[in-house]
Amino acid sequence: MAIRERLSGNEAVAYAIKQINPDVMPAFPITPSTEIPQYVASYIANGEIDTEFIHVESEHSSMSATIGASAAGARALTATSSCGLALMWEELYVAASNRLPVVLALVNRALSGPININADHSDSMGARDSGWIQIYAESNQEAYDNFVQSFRIAEHKDVKLPVMICQDGFITSHGVENIELVEDDLVKGFVGEYEPEHYLLNANEAMAVGPYAVSNYYMESKRAQTEALHNAKRVILEIAEEYEKISGRKYGFFEEYKLDDADYAIVIIGSAAGTCKAAVDEIREKTGKKVGILKIRVFRPFPEEEIAQALKNVKSVAILDRSEMFAGTGGPLGAEVTAALYRAGMFKEVVNYIYGLGGRDITVSDFEDVYDELARMAQTHEVRDNYKYIGLRE
Amino acid sequence: MKNTVEIRWHGRGGQGAKTAALLLADVAFKAGKYVQGFPEYGPERMGAPITAYNRISDDKITVHSNIYEPDYVVVVDEGLLDSIDVTSGVNPEGAIVVNSAKPASEIAPKLRGYKGGVYTVDARKISVAALGKYFPNSPMLAAIVAVSKVMDRDQFLNEMEASYRHKFSKKPEVIEGNMNALRMTFEEVNV
Repeated sequence: MAIRERLSGNEAVAYAIKQINPDVMPAFPITPSTEIPQYVASYIANGEIDTEFIHVESEHSSMSATIGASAAGARALTATSSCGLALMWEELYVAASNRLPVVLALVNRALSGPININADHSDSMGARDSGWIQIYAESNQEAYDNFVQSFRIAEHKDVKLPVMICQDGFITSHGVENIELVEDDLVKGFVGEYEPEHYLLNANEAMAVGPYAVSNYYMESKRAQTEALHNAKRVILEIAEEYEKISGRKYGFFEEYKLDDADYAIVIIGSAAGTCKAAVDEIREKTGKKVGILKIRVFRPFPEEEIAQALKNVKSVAILDRSEMFAGTGGPLGAEVTAALYRAGMFKEVVNYIYGLGGRDITVSDFEDVYDELARMAQTHEVRDNYKYIGLRE
Repeated sequence: MKNTVEIRWHGRGGQGAKTAALLLADVAFKAGKYVQGFPEYGPERMGAPITAYNRISDDKITVHSNIYEPDYVVVVDEGLLDSIDVTSGVNPEGAIVVNSAKPASEIAPKLRGYKGGVYTVDARKISVAALGKYFPNSPMLAAIVAVSKVMDRDQFLNEMEASYRHKFSKKPEVIEGNMNALRMTFEEVNV
């Protein structure tokens, strides 16, 4: 029987870490870190797990130590948020290019400045080209479920890539909600023991990690990373299917909410998808208008063809980004979903909205306005501005 | 959303409004409900106004926005009535519960013509009598349960006792005081 609980998103991820009992967790212990390392430190202090916790002096060091531990052959992870991720930047690329299966528990928050601590996807979206797998959550439940699946994906022999498990700052990280946890023995059985194929502490196999690569080799190394990311698509689905057997919960690259018969679709990532669902239910009940959602779970690798297929029957699409990319053209999700539709030869009315920066709230009625605009766009075949802000104070 | 009760808490940093919202989520969860308890984070300082929220429902809750049209409002610090419009968006069929030694009839005129129920509870008097110290949390929690009826009195008291036993396992002497504060509140709030 599943364990019924009520936990914050931070507690939920820390609980998953406790169930997994990884080997090493280096983390920077103060702000902008999250409560996740704090809870894990308590589990260790109470003797509930035997993870080696390393206090480091910065996030650059926490990712470096995680990389070192993973290269040595340990199952290693760290956790951070916001500017902490920014300080890891250089090391994120090192983890991915060395094909180290580390996991990062990320709480998505705004980057400075102005100084702001609230929900925003700028931190992980900035790291989208670093070679990490990125998986996002709508709720505390999904943050937990994604985390339990993370090491299996990262450590798979056809993948061997770091995984970032993302959830929205404060909205899910500090909000308490109902959650169903999987029993300890089932989680342990599912995650299994980590047996690295190549590792530094193997006396029988001398190897170097992170050497110099001249131009003759560097490009092949990058191409190998993209191959691994390509493989990750298959592995992510296999692991999800296996996880469904122990949890009863189904996961894919994205969730399609009432999208089957939808004329108008919103594409979105994270906690606001839940608010959008309430808008969809209300609109369908009150007006019968066919509205739906495509909620992205896996952003890296980007499931381009699958997204286009899922949107093939809708008349108009609004793509919502919780980060700016300062191209003057929209946000990263907007650019990539629009490209996905174009490459699939699907030409529809598409609009890209920026919402929720620095924790700006987005409500059911904001989503109702977006669906109204989608209906207008589909009818008139006219997109007023293909890139705009929601909830902006003029 | 139809079967969802939405509650907004107004307090000052350090008074425990956030903790009270999380406790309410906790106890409603134990009573079998779907719950949310979440604070609105700003530049948090001792004494600065803070807001926290609850959604309590028989159905799964997906909405992740703040609450703008709550059914009930709890004001943990009466002094906030002069600086914050606690009546903003409140359901006229709901209620506002204010921590005050004054009768509701004296507080109501400060509530900008709010048409719904107005209740006061003297959390200081109750807390000092029951615990010897001023912790407005427990009385305000009992008051909102009494007024909103999100669960019945006995179920609430039983679940709270279990919570306190867990929370105060190392100082069991405070459990009875907190329980008394809850019981006294149920008698004091005139519903």
